[in-house]
Amino acid sequence: MSSDIETIAIKQAAHVAEKHEEDSKTLFGFWLYLMTDCVLFASLFATYAVLHNNTFGGQSAHQLFSLPYALTETLILLTSSFTCGLAVLAAQSKRKNQVISWLSVTFVLGISFLSMELTEFSRLAASNNSWHRSGFLSSFFTLVGTHGLHITIGLLWMFVMIFRLYKGSIGRTTIRQLTLFSLFWHFLDVIWIFIFTIVYLLGGIGV
Amino acid sequence: MMNNLANILGKLNVHALPSSPITAGAVIGGSIAVLAVIALITYKKRWTWLYKEWITTTNHKKIGVMYIIVAVLMLLRGASDAGMMRLQQATSVGSAHGLLSPNMFQQVVSAHGTIMIFFAGMGLMFGLINLVLPLMIGARDVAFPFMNSTSFWLFAFGAVLINLSLGIGEFSAAGWLAYPPLSELKYSPGVGVDYWIWSLQIAGIGSLLSGINFIVTILKMRAPGMTLMKMPMFAWSVLGAMTLVAFAFPILTVTLTLLALDRTLGMHFFSAGYGGNAMMYINLIWAWGHPEVYILILPAFGIFSEIVSTFSSKRLFGYKSMVWAIWAIVFLSYGVWLHHFFTMGAGANVNAVFGIATMLIAVPTGVKIFNWLFTMYRGRIRFTSPMIWFMGFVFLFTMGGVAGVLMAVPPIDFQLHNSLFLVAHFHTMIVSGVLFGYFAGITYWFPKTFGFRLNEKLGKYAAYCWIVGFILAFLPLYILGIMGATRRMDHYSASLGWQPLFIVAGIGASIIFIGLGLQILQVIVSIWKRNETKDLSGDPWSARTLEWSTTSPPPEYNFALLPVVNQRDAYWASKHSKTKTENDSYSPIYSPKNTSSGFFIGLFSLTIGFSIIWHIWWLLIIGFLGLVLTIILRTTSGEHEKVITVSQIEKIEIPLNGGTKA
Repeated sequence: MSSDIETIAIKQAAHVAEKHEEDSKTLFGFWLYLMTDCVLFASLFATYAVLHNNTFGGQSAHQLFSLPYALTETLILLTSSFTCGLAVLAAQSKRKNQVISWLSVTFVLGISFLSMELTEFSRLAASNNSWHRSGFLSSFFTLVGTHGLHITIGLLWMFVMIFRLYKGSIGRTTIRQLTLFSLFWHFLDVIWIFIFTIVYLLGGIGV
Repeated sequence: MMNNLANILGKLNVHALPSSPITAGAVIGGSIAVLAVIALITYKKRWTWLYKEWITTTNHKKIGVMYIIVAVLMLLRGASDAGMMRLQQATSVGSAHGLLSPNMFQQVVSAHGTIMIFFAGMGLMFGLINLVLPLMIGARDVAFPFMNSTSFWLFAFGAVLINLSLGIGEFSAAGWLAYPPLSELKYSPGVGVDYWIWSLQIAGIGSLLSGINFIVTILKMRAPGMTLMKMPMFAWSVLGAMTLVAFAFPILTVTLTLLALDRTLGMHFFSAGYGGNAMMYINLIWAWGHPEVYILILPAFGIFSEIVSTFSSKRLFGYKSMVWAIWAIVFLSYGVWLHHFFTMGAGANVNAVFGIATMLIAVPTGVKIFNWLFTMYRGRIRFTSPMIWFMGFVFLFTMGGVAGVLMAVPPIDFQLHNSLFLVAHFHTMIVSGVLFGYFAGITYWFPKTFGFRLNEKLGKYAAYCWIVGFILAFLPLYILGIMGATRRMDHYSASLGWQPLFIVAGIGASIIFIGLGLQILQVIVSIWKRNETKDLSGDPWSARTLEWSTTSPPPEYNFALLPVVNQRDAYWASKHSKTKTENDSYSPIYSPKNTSSGFFIGLFSLTIGFSIIWHIWWLLIIGFLGLVLTIILRTTSGEHEKVITVSQIEKIEIPLNGGTKA
């Protein structure tokens, strides 16, 4: 009888080990996905590099973009990455309310970033500088817009997570989801740093 | 009222229905076939079975079978396109103009290339990988079974979309890679190019997910003791190919998206004016396209490695050099894309660099060829039909490879660019390499999947027909190419004297069709007489790798006890060792539950693609919301695993082990 219980215990332990194994698979798979996303952005950066001088007689990056505005966007996004990290830390010590509040702060910062980006887009479109104008603007809208689309997906993801946390407790799945999400969010931060450097900084000094 | 209706359906109207008798015939024939299948399923009351056993399955073996079924259907469609092309070029000379109009001919050419590469080639490849890879490395499934089912349904619905173009609207007439500015809205105002973009986009995302899935499977789920250098060669080749998928397919996603943005939102990436750059498209598409060729060929190399070793009853010669050759090919394949457009005018030095890089690829490929030959040397060779495919492959592939090295010399390429010589070259590589490899693989692993072997005699006849037919069909094209015949040519002058060679090529194609017919007959006869070729041992070929250590067909969980590996060709070693490994007792197995989410993700992706092609914006919103909702529901729903208990395993295993409990 006792040996039976022992076997069951061993088998349960094996199942727990299997679950950890599964987590490590998911984490590795997600890293691979991020790398493929990196290739995707690399292609868009290459496109922008090829087309950034093809203004077809229109205004150039130097004339169109405002550095302080882009810097504000950058700071907001960097802060959101920091608060996202705080949410992960809170989750590891199972403090549910803290996780919810830090995630909400991240969410609000993400929304602010996105609305600033959309404001810039509509300002450009209103001044006859939309994506129809030239190869340069097509590649600008696509590169920055693809980043914005990723941010939108991240916001949706956060929304679902906050909702689930609100209803349930912090379990293994939640921590795993939150880990993956924070990887995603930091990755978008890194991509934005490249956008800021290549599009706004280099564009601002007129390279 | 009519106006409103027109708005609701976007660009779609009654003119989208087929107008030419050939297309109409194909559409009616196809629709009758689909209706007949639906009627048969309804009559046999098999809908529940279909849904529970196949549509919602997450089991890699069933997904593999479904991949192969879709791929074979697409292969038949691509082959009928090829038949029309051969017929047209053999007859459309001088005052005769053949059956197809120039525009139709261009559509047929584009559809043939697209379907054969994306749906026949990729489908057969993912099908075979799904069927055997987890078994081969001693795993119970792939790393992400739900993602696997999603990949399949994206692939299948991509195939549905490309076939919809036959009946609703038209297909692209801009070649299989849709070069701009021809593929831009200005020069291709119809929906053909949009169909091309969205069917490839949907299938391509599926391929990318599969790539990630198999990399994780190979790196994280090998049987205990199977270090990387103890893996079967097929696993190595899949790892190489999937690495290429992970790094190449995002580029395809971007390229297709940019072309779609140009066509749908009026952007100017590749426009002739407005600061667009058409050559950028050609660079981007080949940065994906060249690795794609190796994505298709590497698993075929892996299959040949397994087959040659098994049927020579010998260890694979030069295992380590094979592994290095694979990774050399993976690495080099990213550095040669420019050889597809030496004539772009990048300058002599750039062309020289890419020319030399291209020639370098012949080195690891040559290493592999010699390793296979040395594996056969002094082996106890059994000339089964997979070996016949292999012999045809070695001969033709080497010939085509030499033609490739020839074209890697830029000055020669300037002469042969866009000629039939090039067409003959890449068909030699893809038909004899990829297709023969996958045919051999299907024959080889068929008994593992279904529990009985395919008819050998018909298989051999089919292989001979393919080899002879191929030589007759494509050697004339090499000669015609040197004589100046260009590709995608729907008509030529009688004074050129090309017709006899085109007729020979047509005869060759007919012999290939006989081979294809024999293969279909082979499957029918084999199912008919399946009791004669039943595989009760699980090891019908006296093979070497782990997939043969389990029953044919394997149980849902593949292995009741995970095999322990301590050398290469693990199964061969365990068969021939005197000491029997001690059996452990069974433990419960956690297996993924069925799910319909993958099917719906595919269906909503199809909806999105179709609505963008026809500018039906309300349908786009529905498709998009459906997709997002399916993903959210899937990720937030509870337990995705079921338990197979010890008593259930014993029920399956004890009769197999001859009544003894493990």
